[in-house]
Amino acid sequence: MDEQTLRLNVNGEVRRVTVEPRVTLADALRDECGLTGTHLACEHGVCGACTVLLDGEAVRSCLVFAVQAEGAAITTIEGLSPSDGSLSPVQQAFRDCHGLQCGFCTPGFVVSMTALLREQPNPSDEELRVGLSGNLCRCTGYQGILGAARQVIEAGGAG
Amino acid sequence: MSTTADADAGHATGGAGRFVGQSVKRREDPRLLTGRGNYVGDVLLPGTVHAAFLRSDVARGRIVSIDTTAARALPGVRAVYTAADLNPGAGPLWTTTSGPDEAAPPDRPLAEGDVKFVGDLLAIVVADNRYLAEDGCDLIEVDIEALPAVVGPGAVDAADLVHPELGTNVAYTMTEAPDPELDEILASAAHVLTRTFKMARNTNVPMEGRGLLASWDPYARTMTVYPSSQSPHEIKAFTSRLLALPQHQVHVLMADVGGGFGQKMYMTRDEACVLLASYRLGKPVKWIEDRRENLIAANQARADAMTVTMALDEEGHILATKCHLMEELGTYPLPGTNGTAMLSAMMSSGPYKMGKFAMTAVAYYTNTCPKAPFRGPWAIETIAREQMMDVAARELGLDPLELRLRNVVRQEDLPYTLPSGLAYDIVSAHETLEQVTNELGWEAFRGRQREAREQGRYLGVGLGLCIEPSAVAFGLLASEQATIRMDISGKVLVLMGTGSHGHSLETTIPQVVADHLGCSFDDVIFSQGDTDATPYGAGTGGSRSAVIAGGAATVAAGRLKEKLLPLAAHLLEAASEDIEVADSKAFVRGTPSRSVSFSELATTAYADPFALPPGVEAGLSADARYAPPGPFTWSNACHLCVCQVDIETGSVALERYLVSEDCGVMINPMVVEGQIAGGVVQGIGNVLYEEMAYDGAGNPLATTFLDYLVPTTTEVPTIECFHIETPSNALGGYKGMGEGGAIASPPAVANAIADALAPLGVSITDFPLGPSQLRALIRQAQASAPA
Repeated sequence: MDEQTLRLNVNGEVRRVTVEPRVTLADALRDECGLTGTHLACEHGVCGACTVLLDGEAVRSCLVFAVQAEGAAITTIEGLSPSDGSLSPVQQAFRDCHGLQCGFCTPGFVVSMTALLREQPNPSDEELRVGLSGNLCRCTGYQGILGAARQVIEAGGAG
Repeated sequence: MSTTADADAGHATGGAGRFVGQSVKRREDPRLLTGRGNYVGDVLLPGTVHAAFLRSDVARGRIVSIDTTAARALPGVRAVYTAADLNPGAGPLWTTTSGPDEAAPPDRPLAEGDVKFVGDLLAIVVADNRYLAEDGCDLIEVDIEALPAVVGPGAVDAADLVHPELGTNVAYTMTEAPDPELDEILASAAHVLTRTFKMARNTNVPMEGRGLLASWDPYARTMTVYPSSQSPHEIKAFTSRLLALPQHQVHVLMADVGGGFGQKMYMTRDEACVLLASYRLGKPVKWIEDRRENLIAANQARADAMTVTMALDEEGHILATKCHLMEELGTYPLPGTNGTAMLSAMMSSGPYKMGKFAMTAVAYYTNTCPKAPFRGPWAIETIAREQMMDVAARELGLDPLELRLRNVVRQEDLPYTLPSGLAYDIVSAHETLEQVTNELGWEAFRGRQREAREQGRYLGVGLGLCIEPSAVAFGLLASEQATIRMDISGKVLVLMGTGSHGHSLETTIPQVVADHLGCSFDDVIFSQGDTDATPYGAGTGGSRSAVIAGGAATVAAGRLKEKLLPLAAHLLEAASEDIEVADSKAFVRGTPSRSVSFSELATTAYADPFALPPGVEAGLSADARYAPPGPFTWSNACHLCVCQVDIETGSVALERYLVSEDCGVMINPMVVEGQIAGGVVQGIGNVLYEEMAYDGAGNPLATTFLDYLVPTTTEVPTIECFHIETPSNALGGYKGMGEGGAIASPPAVANAIADALAPLGVSITDFPLGPSQLRALIRQAQASAPA
């Protein structure tokens, strides 16, 4: 298939990538941009590990082709912290509440929770659970993850 | 941020040390939270080519032909290998745990002559990227003559054979010598009950599937392997056998691993093919499996059924129990064929005084995905026994709590010798039972339950008691080693052969070492995964790291401290026995101002060997290999689940979930509770949602996360953890607890459902208990109820 050259706006930087039209955004981010924090755990849109923000909205980057993301502002897990060793409020809450063990689902969860709590800063318990139910974790039983969300809510938001 | 400042004193329990017992926040987290983890899929080597497998879509059949011409011709495809290419010369596939002599089916890297399950490997395509490798797979023409598949327990007597070379589908049988005394009890007891309990076939579902990057350098003659594994040194040993290479020419570099739960303890045929492909090509070959491959071919578990016959007297004292296990192994079980029955037989009497006991077992091959360990591989013993306790209680008209109280092992019974000959030394089954039932308010709940029933709401409560044989210390698994080096600046590196992949050893081992060496937590770094740097270890699994790795770290830290003392004494002009250490300093007892820092000691030890006292060698390192005092370090737990069943829809809502855990001294209570929660939710999935079903033709029916239902945030209750702390005899008083959460939760949930539906006469024996299964059971009970 003919490759296309795209300009992707990722974490505030414009990247030129040349990919086949069938290449997913997830693969383009990982293989072409070197942003390996976006993980693939099902590649059929159920587990949420590959969640990124597209113009601020959480999407599953395994279900988006790279060519569809041209022109949008893409934020990956690497774009949520300032790269100075400090953590975002959501990331800090995950650490405080033991919201991760193996860490593989974690970037997707952090991105999803950040988007959820930016949009809905004070969800009910049910809204919170439903809002996070599109991400799978096999290690934590979700206890620490829900705890992290509650900490962020009580502390005043995802930032 | 200082990590020491992260230690949350609010969680201190028992005060075993300055850091041990604290919920120290994890070292692992910052990199994993910011997308800077380094999983095998993230590793980049120059010139890497990518592999994809062509897998059989027929469960059992004869391979008539495989034509790879078109695939080989596809631009970007670098190699296509079938059995004829890779199998000749490949070494054996056995695991180090099972060894070469364990009974095992004939095995091969790629299917040759016939296919044995859907997902069996027909060919490996290596190309410039994964997309092209999959294109190559699509171009391979395969002709398979399908034969009737062998599925289900009928395999035992089936004429069709999974492995024709063996002449039978029965992998092993476990028999008991005749016991007339037991038979007499079963013939004469006031109550004799028999039930068969079946588990749904499950799979581990680590969020990161399997993956391997293999890089053979034909000139350095070194195979470098980047695995997703629980046991880097097992990868090294397996690779060495497969490629007939001396072990020192295999270098394993394991970084972050996205979960395993037993699935990644051992190498599989798939990984063997990637190694063989790299060996042939002389290039780095990377294979990252997709979820479909993980679900259908990455090892499954739990397809067990146990028949329990229990004899009780009039008052509900258990007099005798007989168990029979039917275990489905799939095609190529790991590690070897007889793991589950042996442990199940040892453990089946659980935390009760069971009287006479006997167990038999049959394990059989089927044309399905291989069986491998999954968190508590022997869990059927607890799952069947705990359900049987509730069945017996109802039969006798006793509350299930009361029946347990009449039979549970208490402190005055210790040490208690099991029917299997093993002995419990330090357990607290009765205390954990009391703790959860008191926390719930058992009697008050029974009142609420009665009121709810009058309103047509079906509440239930279920218990699951388990004794976990943690830190299994047999053979290779019996010991671990720690190498500790203090560098010239006084900082400490701990090297171990573990395979922590979510277990938090980067945090917990430094907690242990800091306490025993007398330094700050921040001064200790833990490293694993590099087989050239770390001592041999059997990896992380079997709930063994806290006890065995923790013990090794304790001994090594003590030895290093013993080297610091004479050096400090010499520099401080005092006697060795008058030296104390704390806060990375050595000082004269009673005179803290006469001190020397670890940094100064280390500088002297390395850079000024002539200043050392006689008999003290230059440098500062220590090494220790530790084996715990017994074959098992018993931990125990009691789980309690409260549920409500909607009898119209068959849906189950879990309203409360309580766990009382005794894992001895907790190194890090936050980590302990994380392990409990993860295990419990896997157990909930096991009962309510997850089923790796096969049809009669051997087709797997769950090939995506839309069919294989892992619990999400909307299905899990809040898990309330409570602790009893009876220190073990192992160093530090630790007990392992990584598996118990998944062992005790299935019966707690199932018993809660059975309790809720008891007034309807519903009998619960088989998992999963999804809405359709429960509706069918309720309808059936309603139909047979007297009008």
